[in-house]
Amino acid sequence: MTISAERPTEAMASASPYGERRQGGWFSQHLGTALLAGIVGYLFGHWLGNHIAWNYPTTAFDGQNFQANFLALLFGVVGWLLGIGALNYPLAKMMGRSGEKEGEVEGLSKYFRYSTNHKTVGIQYIVGVCLFMFTGGLLAMAIRTELLNPTIHVFNPGTYIEIVSEHGTIMMMMATSIIVGPLGNYLVPLMIGARRMAYPRIEAFSFWIFTAGYMVIFSALPYGGFPTGWTGYAPLQTQAGPGMVSYLFGFAVIGLGMMAAGFNIAVTIVNYRAPGMTWSRIPVFVWSILATAALLTLATPVLFAAGTFGLLDLVNHTAFYVNEHGGSSYLWQNLFWFFGHPEVYIMALPGFGVVGEMLPVFARKPLFAYKVGAAGMIGVALLSFFVWQHHLFQSGINPDMRPLFMLTTELISIPTGFIFLVGLGTLYKAKIRFEVPMLFAMALYFNFLIGGLTGVFLSDVPVNVTVHGSFFVLSHFHYTIMGGLLFAFMAGLYYWLPKMTGKMMNKRIGKWHFWTMFIFFNLTFFPMFIIGLLGQPRRVFTYAKSLQGINDFSSISAYILGFSFLIFAWNLMYSMFINPEKAPANPWDSLGLEWQTATPVPAHNFDRIPVITNDPYHYSEPGATPLADLGRGSSSTGYQA
Amino acid sequence: MTENNMKNGEVNHIRRMTTWWVIASIVLDVVYWFAVGPHMSPGRLTEMAKNNQMDFNLLFIIAFPVLLGVWIFMGYAIVNWNDKRGAPEPVGGPAAANNSRAQVLWISITSVTVLLAAVFGTWALVVDHGSGGGEGPNPVWMPDGASGVQAAALSGTAKWAPGTNAVLPVQVIGQQWKFTYRYPTFGGMETSFLVLPANTTIVFDVTSLDVIHSFWAYQLSVKADANPGVNNVAYTETRGTGNFVVRCNELCGIWHGSMFNFGKVVSQSAFMNWAQKTETANAANTKLLPAFAYTYTPSANGASGGFYIGGGVTPYSPVETYGAKQPVS
Repeated sequence: MTISAERPTEAMASASPYGERRQGGWFSQHLGTALLAGIVGYLFGHWLGNHIAWNYPTTAFDGQNFQANFLALLFGVVGWLLGIGALNYPLAKMMGRSGEKEGEVEGLSKYFRYSTNHKTVGIQYIVGVCLFMFTGGLLAMAIRTELLNPTIHVFNPGTYIEIVSEHGTIMMMMATSIIVGPLGNYLVPLMIGARRMAYPRIEAFSFWIFTAGYMVIFSALPYGGFPTGWTGYAPLQTQAGPGMVSYLFGFAVIGLGMMAAGFNIAVTIVNYRAPGMTWSRIPVFVWSILATAALLTLATPVLFAAGTFGLLDLVNHTAFYVNEHGGSSYLWQNLFWFFGHPEVYIMALPGFGVVGEMLPVFARKPLFAYKVGAAGMIGVALLSFFVWQHHLFQSGINPDMRPLFMLTTELISIPTGFIFLVGLGTLYKAKIRFEVPMLFAMALYFNFLIGGLTGVFLSDVPVNVTVHGSFFVLSHFHYTIMGGLLFAFMAGLYYWLPKMTGKMMNKRIGKWHFWTMFIFFNLTFFPMFIIGLLGQPRRVFTYAKSLQGINDFSSISAYILGFSFLIFAWNLMYSMFINPEKAPANPWDSLGLEWQTATPVPAHNFDRIPVITNDPYHYSEPGATPLADLGRGSSSTGYQA
Repeated sequence: MTENNMKNGEVNHIRRMTTWWVIASIVLDVVYWFAVGPHMSPGRLTEMAKNNQMDFNLLFIIAFPVLLGVWIFMGYAIVNWNDKRGAPEPVGGPAAANNSRAQVLWISITSVTVLLAAVFGTWALVVDHGSGGGEGPNPVWMPDGASGVQAAALSGTAKWAPGTNAVLPVQVIGQQWKFTYRYPTFGGMETSFLVLPANTTIVFDVTSLDVIHSFWAYQLSVKADANPGVNNVAYTETRGTGNFVVRCNELCGIWHGSMFNFGKVVSQSAFMNWAQKTETANAANTKLLPAFAYTYTPSANGASGGFYIGGGVTPYSPVETYGAKQPVS
């Protein structure tokens, strides 16, 4: 990486790293062609499956042609990818042609296309993630409605279990990418002073396969759903109907996107940092995304394998997970949770990163114990691979394993606690500005404290005997994932949307959104700890009559919590489209590198690659070395392409 | 954290917060211990339940000061270091970004607390014979007298009588969607209603006929997953008499929510009475049941029979089918 002494020219500065602008129009590749090709692929696959397997004994056994279901979904996804243009480059290369660099189409239609600009992908992800979130949220409202009364049922048991399973799966899929997708993709290159991600096509692929995954998971509903909950335990899985194929294949599809995104981000952070951006100068958000990317890349393949075995069992009647023929129901449990535990840290770490960015800005103080914070994130990522059997304490695993996993799970709470050290230290003798993003960030600390502490309770095996599988666990993970990650997502949106779109989110509506969401989130989920302690298991549609009062309190609060998301949606509509208020260049007075770019951010991000001279946390330090030399007004800095 | 000197009337924030924290923690802990603790789940019906309740209470006593510590700090920050309420200008620089003493204190206190919790949990597991959790087919922490009983039950020679301190083996069979219970000491009879004698060590052998269920006897403080083809052993030691609820704790299909029943712990003589009467009354049914075994493989099980083309099911016998060793219990 040498700094050349060449004087940069206009052309070089404004050249997009993505190639020449390309033509758009209705006959190019976009969401519409993706849908069309996806439908054609789906129909083809279904036909192919029927053609192949119509007279198989497995089809005769239960009248279901799982081969057709699977092939339909497979070719549907392939069609979707072909239609959007994700496979153009590999196909061109395979045919010996030189692949073209796909430049961006101008205007709003770029958001409906396969775009290799990381900023466009980030915004596309916001829409994708909101789609998942609102679907899962509606399903949650349905669950709380069913639980209003233990004897009067709104849904029949089959529908109810479908709803529960679909809610869990969609929310988990969304939560995996909710910050890494939108904010990770948009901000990481800006924060490290790069012009692009390492693999822009893989980045775009990860988004479009994310949406394909949504459709695959959602397709379970018309197929009659799957009865296993998001955890998919075998052999209930093997017993299930066609909706189970959607679940298993959906995991594989989303898993591919997760692996791609993680790999891309990790390579970008390691290799594309601007000159001077040493490891001790990268923002803590980037640390959290790096740790998350490591988990995404390393843990997801196990899920992919687990899902593949499940599909083989279901579709081809192998016996990986079936005891009666030499398989084991423990195999699924262990494979799933080996992925599943890093998965929940994939959800927790980006939230830590976001609030780590917020706090110094709104406290006007440097981030306290930066190195401990970064070490904590790496520590959490590393340790997360060693704790998975705490989901299986009562399952009949080797009893000697239990003290071991109790120890590792207790140990992981040490690096997780570092985020509190960082937060509290930053707030000490600060001058806190309570803007809306800061409110959400503080709420994360409040919620995650409760969620995290109850996690320590769960890791204690004797206590686990009482609370495993009950509403206590349910409340624990809603506190950590929803109370932590989702609040961080809101903080991140309110904070960075002015940068992404040039418009401020309305402050008054934002405060209404925050207080409704925070208060009713706690009113919904705190009683669930008590419900769990009083003996109500998860995923049930009936419960002890004496618990009806608390369940009703929780359900009503949940409705209002759901309403708070409508306030959020209203704020988005209002601030972005109906009555937009132009945002100043740096509305939060942040020292971050991403705020030093123009708004809207040009395709090439920086006119000149900055030379970094300090970390971005030197608030209230007159005379501190500036963050970077951006080459404005300077005559001799080099130019690094 | 750094102790600020009381200079020029400047307030010592840490000392203030610590004082409130100590007082609040003591008050909350004491109130919790005496007012809430004795009523904490899962109650006091069995030895396991009492010990698990004690574990819970101890964890709460440790958790409350942690909660209060963070809340008091944050509340203090929101009130005193608030931009709108005229907080003084913050001071940046290396001293504000790093404080070795605070970091070392934090890391060591959290590490020690957490390690102590892990050690205590392990000790409780061992001393309490698995704390009522399922230990799999080869349990390691067993109450006295429990190891011989398993082999005896299999060979049909296990006996139980009141006043003999004998261990009572009970098999819990989960299926979609009910629990049934077999008593090998009473001819292997099967009932839908779990009755247990007081002041007795019970060995639960939990298995399933189809998918994964979970036997959760709340007041007995027992939770053991029921896996098809696997014997999951859990222990409890009943003390007084009382009723308890059994719920399925692992999603097992459509009617999982209604897979529950009730049981009771009665005096030893009442139990003997009930058991002998039920054994006689059910004798005709018991003859039709398969011999008592730790796992069963129903041939009509959809996951086995018919699903796998080629007909019949291989009964799950690791010895016969794969030459594997039988589990010890």
